[in-house]
Amino acid sequence: MSITMGDAVARCVPRACVLAVGLGLAGGALAEGSYGGPYGFGTPATAEEIAAWDIDAMPDGRGLPPGEGGYEAGKEVYTLQCLACHGPDLGGVAGTGGAALIGGRDTLASGKPKKTVESYWPYASTLFDFTKRAMPFHTPGSMTDDDVYAVTAYILAEGNIIGKDEVMNAETLPKVVMPNADGFIPDPRPDIFNYD
Amino acid sequence: MSSDRVWPEYDERTQAMVDAMVEAEERALAARKAELEDCECKEGMFPSGGRTATRRSFLATSAAVAGGTTLGLAAGGAHAAAPPGAIEFPVPDDPTKIQGRLTNDDGGYGTRSQFESEVRWRFPTATKESSWTMTPLESGHGIITPSGLHFERHHGGIPNIDPARHALIIHGMVDRPMKYTMADLMRFPSVSRFHFIECSGNGLTEWKEPTLKTVQGTHGLTSTSEWTGVPLSTILAEVGVQDGAAWVLAEGADAAVMTRSVPLDKCWGDAMLAYAQNGEALRPEQGHPLRLLLPGFEGNTHIKWLRRIEVSDAPFMSREETSKYTDLLDGGKARQFSFTMEAKSVITFPSGEMKLPGAGFYEITGLAWSGRGRVKRVEVSVDGGRSWRVASLEGPIMPVCHTRFRIPWQWDGSPAILQSRCQDETGYVQPTIKQLVEARGLDGGKWGSVYHLNGIQSWGVASDGSVSNVHHYG
Ligand code: HEC
Repeated sequence: MSITMGDAVARCVPRACVLAVGLGLAGGALAEGSYGGPYGFGTPATAEEIAAWDIDAMPDGRGLPPGEGGYEAGKEVYTLQCLACHGPDLGGVAGTGGAALIGGRDTLASGKPKKTVESYWPYASTLFDFTKRAMPFHTPGSMTDDDVYAVTAYILAEGNIIGKDEVMNAETLPKVVMPNADGFIPDPRPDIFNYD
Repeated sequence: MSSDRVWPEYDERTQAMVDAMVEAEERALAARKAELEDCECKEGMFPSGGRTATRRSFLATSAAVAGGTTLGLAAGGAHAAAPPGAIEFPVPDDPTKIQGRLTNDDGGYGTRSQFESEVRWRFPTATKESSWTMTPLESGHGIITPSGLHFERHHGGIPNIDPARHALIIHGMVDRPMKYTMADLMRFPSVSRFHFIECSGNGLTEWKEPTLKTVQGTHGLTSTSEWTGVPLSTILAEVGVQDGAAWVLAEGADAAVMTRSVPLDKCWGDAMLAYAQNGEALRPEQGHPLRLLLPGFEGNTHIKWLRRIEVSDAPFMSREETSKYTDLLDGGKARQFSFTMEAKSVITFPSGEMKLPGAGFYEITGLAWSGRGRVKRVEVSVDGGRSWRVASLEGPIMPVCHTRFRIPWQWDGSPAILQSRCQDETGYVQPTIKQLVEARGLDGGKWGSVYHLNGIQSWGVASDGSVSNVHHYG
C-alpha cells in the first residue's frame, strides 16, 4: 500500500489537552517501554462516525437501540430469515452450520450437555447483539432493529424464557434472566501443578 | 466413521466435527501418498525427504521426455499443475548447461519452488466462510511459519479491504475519541515482536483418544510470525483512558463483525495493533490491513480486520466469550475468559504418518511455546515417559514464541514412544492429557470443553519405522 503522510501534523491535538493523559492512566504501566508522546496523529472521531459502527449491546442494556418487537412479528422474521438454517423447531439444520437455538436446559451437568441459547447463554443481550451483527448468515447486518428485537423475543419465548406476550426493547431485554445466568466462573488456571 | 469407535460418543455436533476432521486429514494424506506412488524412497522419512525427492524425480523424468529440445522452457505448462504458491517450470537435466530463468521475470514477487508442496488443509465445516485451516508443522523448519501457511480461523469469510479506506475508531471511556487511518497508525513509533498465535481449539480431537494422524491435524492451529505494529498502550495514552475503565471491546470489519472483550491491563501491557507480518503487510487471512495482537491469549481474541475499540468498565459478553470459547466443566459450570495459552510442546519429527527407514541416528526435533513467557526447558522421552533427557533449545528464546528444540536419538529398531514436555519460565510444567481430563472432567472434551488442551503428545514408533499418534502414560 502507499502511505501519504497527509496533513497529520496540522491535525495534532493541542498539547495541553494531551498532557492530561498522564492522569488518565489509572495505574496502568506502560510495559512496552516509555510512551514518547503525545504524537497527536489521527482525527477526532465524530459522533456520527462512532454511531455508524457502535452496534454492540451489553448485558445491562447499554448500547441497545430504540425500537421493539414481540413474538408474532418475530415468528414471521424467523420463518423468512432464519428457519432455513436453524430449523422449523429451532433445532438446527445439519449441513447449514445453523445450530440449535433452544433445548438442552438442565443438561449442562448431566454428562451429556447440550449447549444452546436457552441452556447455556448467560445474557439475552448477546442474542440481540449477535443476531444484529452477524445474522442472517447470508445477509449479515441487514435487519432493522425492530426485526432483531422481534426475532429475539421469538427465540426467547420458544425457549420458555419469556412469555409470548412480552415485548423486547431496550428496557425489557436487560431484565430477562437467562436460565444459565450463574453458570460461569473465572479462569483459575494454572489448574495443574507439576512445578519443580 | 463413528460406528467402529469403542470409546464413548461425543455430543452430536462435536462428533460431526471430529468425523469431518478425520476425513479431511485422510483426504490430505491420500493426496500426498498419490504423489509418492512412483517414489523409490517410499520408505524414506516421509514427508520431509520423500516428497521432495518424488516430485523432483517425477518431474525430471517428464522434462527429459518432453524436452528433447534444449531451450524448452515454454513446455513448462504441459506438466502437472504446480502446488499452490508455486509456478511450474521445466526441469533441465543439468542446470549447469542451460541458462536459468530471467531475472525479475516473476514480476518482482517470488514464488516458492514447484517441488515444495506442503499446504494448509481446511476443516470441512458446513460453510467455507466459517471454517479453519491447519499449519503443516511437520514440514516446518526453525520457528517462523511462512505467512501463507499460518493457520486460519474465520467466522464470516476473508474480507477484502482497501487499506486506504480502512480506519480504526477508538471511543467509549476515553477523553478524546479518535479515528486513525492506516497512514496515521504507521506514523506512530513501532515495535516488532516474534509471537505465536494458537487457537484454543488446537487439539480438540485429541482429548479422549488419538484421533488425527499427523501433527498438522493434532497441533496445526499454532503458528509463529514476526509482527510489527503500534503498541496499543501508545494509542490508549493518546486518547486518555478514563477512571473506572477496565475492559475494551475489539471489533473486526468482517461479515461476522467479530468481537471480543479484553481486560484493560492486557491492553496497557504487550498488546499491539499489528499491520505487518514477516516483513510485509498482513496477509488478508491474518487481518489485512490491521489486527489486534494479544501475545499469549487464545487466537480468537487477536481480532482481525480491526476497525473499532471501545473502552468500558465491564466486559461486553459477546457470543464468542459466552456461547463459544468458554470451558464447560464437571458440575455444569463453565470457565469464562480463559485467555492464556499454557505451556505446550510437540515433536514434529518424527511424527504421525512418517516412516523411519531403519535403525540408526535421527535428530528428534519439535516446537515448544508458552503464553506465559519464555520456554525454560524441554525434555524428551523415547521410552513413553519412563526416562527423560533435556533437549537443546535454539536461540534466541523469545517470550510467547515458538522455540525449536532438538535432541539426538540412536534408534535401535525396537518399538518406541516419543514424547516431549516443556517448562516455561514461571516453572509450570506441561501436564499429561490425563491430568487435564481429571482436573476438568466431563470426559475431557467429549462432553465438556474442547478448548485448551496442552497435554503431552505421544508418537509411537513401530519396529518397521512407522510413526503413529498414540496416547501413553508411563
Ligand atoms: C444461511 C444460513 C443461516 C441463516 C439464514 C441464519 N443463520 Fe444463524 N447461524 C448460521 C451459521 C453458519 C452460524 C454459525 C456462525 C459461526 O460459525 O460463527 C449461525 C449461528 C447463529 C447463532 C449462534 C448460535 C450459537 O450457539 O452460538 C444464533 C443465535 C443465530 N445464528 C441466530 C440466527 C437468527 C436469529 C437468524 C435469522 C434472523 C439466523 N441465525 C439466520 C447460519 C444461518
